Amino acid sequence: MKNKSVIVIGAGVAGIEAASNIADQGYSVTLIEKKDVLGGNLTNYAKLFPNFADADEVKNNLINNLSTKKVEILKNNDITKLFFENDKWHAVNSQNQTYSADVALLTTGFTVFDAKRKEELGYGIYDNVITSLEFESMYKTGKITTKQGNIPKRIAFLNCVGSRDEKVGNHYCSRVCCINAVKQATEFKTLYPESEAYCFYMDIRMAGQFYEELYRKSQEENNVIYIRGRISEAAATIDNRIQIKTEDTLTGLPLKMTVDLLVLMVGMEASEATSNLSKQNEINGEYGFAKSLGLHGNDNKTTKKGLFLAGSCKRPLNIPEAIADARAAALQITQYLNNLQ
Amino acid sequence: MTKTKHYWNNYQKEIAEDNYFYERSCIRQSFFPGSETTFLKILREELGKTIIDDPNQHTCTGIGYHSDVVPFDTTMTICARLFSLMKDAGLKNYVPSCVTSFGVFTEVIETWQNSPEELEKTRNFLRQATGREFDIPENIVHPSDIIYKYRKELKSKMKYQLVNHKTGEPLKAVEHIGCHYGKIFSKHAIGGAEFPQVLAGMIEEWGGEVIDYPERRHCCGFGFRQYLVMANRGYSVANTKKKFESMQAYKPDFILTNCPGCTMFMDRWQYTIAEMEGITYDDEHMGIPVLTYEELAGLLLGYNPWDLGLQLHQVQAESLLNKIGIEYDPKDKFVGKSGTFLGEPEKPKNLIVDYEK
Amino acid sequence: MKNWGFKIAKPRIIDLDTANTKAFEELCEKVPSAKRCIMCGACTATCSAANHTSFNFRKCNIMFRRGQFEGLAEELDKCMLCGKCKLVCPRAVNTRAFIYNMRIFLNDLNYKNIK
Repeated sequence: MKNKSVIVIGAGVAGIEAASNIADQGYSVTLIEKKDVLGGNLTNYAKLFPNFADADEVKNNLINNLSTKKVEILKNNDITKLFFENDKWHAVNSQNQTYSADVALLTTGFTVFDAKRKEELGYGIYDNVITSLEFESMYKTGKITTKQGNIPKRIAFLNCVGSRDEKVGNHYCSRVCCINAVKQATEFKTLYPESEAYCFYMDIRMAGQFYEELYRKSQEENNVIYIRGRISEAAATIDNRIQIKTEDTLTGLPLKMTVDLLVLMVGMEASEATSNLSKQNEINGEYGFAKSLGLHGNDNKTTKKGLFLAGSCKRPLNIPEAIADARAAALQITQYLNNLQ
Repeated sequence: MTKTKHYWNNYQKEIAEDNYFYERSCIRQSFFPGSETTFLKILREELGKTIIDDPNQHTCTGIGYHSDVVPFDTTMTICARLFSLMKDAGLKNYVPSCVTSFGVFTEVIETWQNSPEELEKTRNFLRQATGREFDIPENIVHPSDIIYKYRKELKSKMKYQLVNHKTGEPLKAVEHIGCHYGKIFSKHAIGGAEFPQVLAGMIEEWGGEVIDYPERRHCCGFGFRQYLVMANRGYSVANTKKKFESMQAYKPDFILTNCPGCTMFMDRWQYTIAEMEGITYDDEHMGIPVLTYEELAGLLLGYNPWDLGLQLHQVQAESLLNKIGIEYDPKDKFVGKSGTFLGEPEKPKNLIVDYEK
Repeated sequence: MKNWGFKIAKPRIIDLDTANTKAFEELCEKVPSAKRCIMCGACTATCSAANHTSFNFRKCNIMFRRGQFEGLAEELDKCMLCGKCKLVCPRAVNTRAFIYNMRIFLNDLNYKNIK
């Protein structure tokens, strides 16, 4: 009998895909989302690396598929408590409503790093310092401009903002920012071939299929210039441009230049729900992310019976990885429920 | 995402209300002789505070320490002796006049807090050398912190504002914070290390406008060894020059500093650059006046500029006095306390120091 | 003239607001593969000249990109044009043509300066 039930917390990429797949197996699924829209962080993007797939199309495919399944979807529902009692998992929202099921799947994902914490980069102070997320939403409008409304003659992208940084407590690499910078620089240069685009990096990490190729293409065809060095200071000039300083480490000399727009490639951090709910259940790992039972063989299970994980609540993942992980979690959950008597 | 342009307000620190032990700077009394006296006067007469200025005080070793000629053990012991003087005075709030002293004290105390064995060692050294005992201060702040804390009270007593009295426009100020104020421990800096508010807060409260120019955080170039060894001075002055070049377009009316070295070099290097290369950074070839925060507070409170010691600056301050509309007697400028004329200093070739009122 | 005992130091920072970066763009029109370089240094590791002199092709290459031409022509004279660097380059940059064209540009520049 398949009268068993599952609650999926968080309707981002992983949550939607996992809910669809579990419902496919005939189990009753409740998908709970904090916001009033589905899609999570994917809603923030215009085009996806490395192939410039339309983010809305990818999102809509996931949602359309979900809509054909028997899944109860609850929006505007912020889960603040999750616990196991009397053989059931109970999720409590901020209005104190409780949802109970045999299995809970955490798909609470990530949130982007708050760039204001890197004070030397002037985010939140200087209008023409923006985040990669703001670049995306601007790109959706079809153009990239400075706060004053001008087309930037020069743009700079800075990698590793909030990642690989002892000072903010994040030692890890967020994995997607390098390729995202290549993607955004390519998009910018395609819109404005006469303008200059610079990428500042500590290492360029192109560890995905077609990533290196896009990087190479951005150099060869789009004339994006890469400078190995971390920007250590951003300051406004009298005409509202941004003066940046770095070491051009491959020349061994300090370097400065003025740009019209500085884009900070903000890294991924555990979302508030990810860190809270995993802490409550003692499955908290490093940096507020949730910890699976075993990286190699048990990456969707946890030390808690009936509590599963999928997507970026564990670590920074890209979209194909999050989708694959959600399907893996669905299979694990199905097996678990089949054996549950 | 909410954007606030003042998020550095998060960096605040505890500043004691009253009962301070003052420690003077090694060099300020010769370079800017009115500043420390003015600070004591403001605290005692304007704010009614108790502040002890002990004649038995001495250096904190900051210059020697940062020039690598005084070992840290010696520095800790000498700082401990200063703290023992404060203990004698029955006080707990330590106020070093110099930004580098402030940096040295915070570094020493942080060392003691992290390595209690260093504290014990210092206690023994001091005992053996002098037979004295000391307590770690409960509160240690820079005098600019105190002026910042009481900036509103002082404003209510001020005769003038940082406003051009003819046009009504706010005066434009460059603020320069000594590196050792916030760059060693940003938690001890009001506003943090990147956007310190200690001087900006005074300027804005008193009617002026702060210039946010690209090289705002760059060091003045003093750097101790870099200045003390003549062969290195070309590098030292190049740092200040870089700052001047960066601020020039904003046409600052004056520069405000809180560090002895910075005040000295931002003032005197204007002379050096003018004489060596013929360059000045204002339109009148008179340089940009550089003031200490005590001098600025004193001026706005209506103190006589010549009692504040402004005639002993390299860049003369009359351009600023005239903009604010401060009353002064040019004939009084080089008259000593005894009433006798002291003579006028030699005039530079390129930097103009003569003012017609 | 007063003897100061020191001179105001000149900045050694690369200023990309004033540097001539157009020269590299012009070079790329003749040697398009130059754009692909990722500064791995394989060229310099195998370079015959680099083993016996201070010549460093990778460094010359990046200094040229950044418009830092001072002393560069003299450095490039150390290259023996043997072409080994071209064989090892993982991004298949035509390093030999790169050097030729830098030399042409810098000689033109020097010639203009003399004139």
